[in-house]
Amino acid sequence: MNYAILIYDNEAHFATRSEPDPKKRQAYMATWATYTNALKDAGVFVGGAGLQAPPTATTLRFPDSQRQVQDGPFADTKEQLAGFYLIEAAHLDEALEWAARLPRADGRVLEVRPCLAPQPA
Amino acid sequence: MREEQLARSAVEQTALESRGRLLAFLACRTRDLAEAEDALADAFHAALRTWPESGVPAKPEAWLLTAARRRLLDQIRHDRVEDAARPALASIAQEAQSMMTGHADFPDDRLKLLFVCAHPAIDAAARTALMLQTVLGMDAARIASAFLVSPAAMSQRLTRAKTKIREAGIAFEIPEAAQLTARLTFVLEAVYAAYGSGWEDVNGTDQQHGGLTSEAIYLGRLIVRLLPAEPEAKGLLALMLHCEARRAARRSGDGAFVPLSDQDVSLWSVELIAEAEMHLAVAAAVKRPGPFQLEAAIQSVHAQRADTGTTDWEALALLYEGLVRMAPTAGALVGRAAAVARARGTADGWAMLGSIPASTVAAYQSYWALRAHLLQQLERTAEAVDAWDRAIGLCADPAVSRFLQDRRDECCRDECQ
Repeated sequence: MNYAILIYDNEAHFATRSEPDPKKRQAYMATWATYTNALKDAGVFVGGAGLQAPPTATTLRFPDSQRQVQDGPFADTKEQLAGFYLIEAAHLDEALEWAARLPRADGRVLEVRPCLAPQPA
Repeated sequence: MREEQLARSAVEQTALESRGRLLAFLACRTRDLAEAEDALADAFHAALRTWPESGVPAKPEAWLLTAARRRLLDQIRHDRVEDAARPALASIAQEAQSMMTGHADFPDDRLKLLFVCAHPAIDAAARTALMLQTVLGMDAARIASAFLVSPAAMSQRLTRAKTKIREAGIAFEIPEAAQLTARLTFVLEAVYAAYGSGWEDVNGTDQQHGGLTSEAIYLGRLIVRLLPAEPEAKGLLALMLHCEARRAARRSGDGAFVPLSDQDVSLWSVELIAEAEMHLAVAAAVKRPGPFQLEAAIQSVHAQRADTGTTDWEALALLYEGLVRMAPTAGALVGRAAAVARARGTADGWAMLGSIPASTVAAYQSYWALRAHLLQQLERTAEAVDAWDRAIGLCADPAVSRFLQDRRDECCRDECQ
């Protein structure tokens, strides 16, 4: 079964990505690469991406069938979606194990959700 | 007619003895609890129809599994999701066949089912109910009344939990060694919740979920048998047995509440105390203490009053100290203050009580009762009366409420004189 690991970060986490010290920035990015490689080596990696900071988001709504475009992310919360992984795991506990290995940071929250099974065409 | 009665009682007997095991067996293979329940219910209905005519089969469990599998197959044809489910059904067929023909043991997967029911990914409010329904076959209406919620709300909670198990792909497996102790805690807590929450109180006030104590002890014994190496499972069983041993002493002849320290020890069950002590001793030898073992040890100290006529309050204070370090629950914090007050004097107990964060105990009846008691001893009568009132306001048990009311009236009389 495929599971999505959704990564929710706060402002401080997003700030680390644009850390002025290039060494610190690279060290931060390297932790993600290490994790991604571990997923690939184990053969469980399906996909994933890091997302740009919330202010870069654009939200679309359709009140009265009219397209309404708005600056900013959908939800106004302290933690914002920062990225996701798609992995293949035998069951929830295995997915939770992988999620627990993600680079840790104070206040980072992870949500693990099963994906819908692919529908026949 | 007689044939029918015989068949009916055979079905009932099999349901009583094997329902939990049959369900665990099916659910572990289909990984869908709701579907396994439906299939098993159908199989029992089929048995009621068929057995009076064909006679009771030699291996009723194997017969029921085969019938349940047939129903699962029908379901799958209907849903057209054949491929994913085929291996599970093949395995059920094979195992039922070998049970039918040979001496193959009927595997006991109830431990896996317990770990699924108490998985941390399931709503905590549903875990105990799910266990009672699946492992013991208790109906939702009875569970609902024990937990003081409407049957509709309880059914919905159970359905939601089963959907989560299926959709999130929660494994029907015994957790790996590294995870086992942590995951077992959730199982034990769910069982203890069935026993009743009131027993952690220092005074041993009445449990709120009356009627589920024997089911909880049954589950406790089952877990001890299935996980013989886990000391906390024995700790929980010892704790429940100690509390159960005092059942007859907790109420006087006219139904009045009798606090633990006033109980007539001749009414305590010697057999249950002995069984509790045996489990606790075996657990202690493993040298992996945990909250349930400590709580059982606390009850064990109280139980010794039956032999010695006294209570070793200093030993209790030390055990509570250990419990607070492991699990600083409101019950442990208040219990420690009560034991310290008895062992080392009211002033020390009062200081200990003062160190408990107000938010932890704002709605905790035992805290207010102890506070009132200590204030009374410190001769701060007006404050004591206020605290008694607060305790009475938080009390859900009429007998305990009357007891608290008497203590309050006594306190008022002192003030008036």
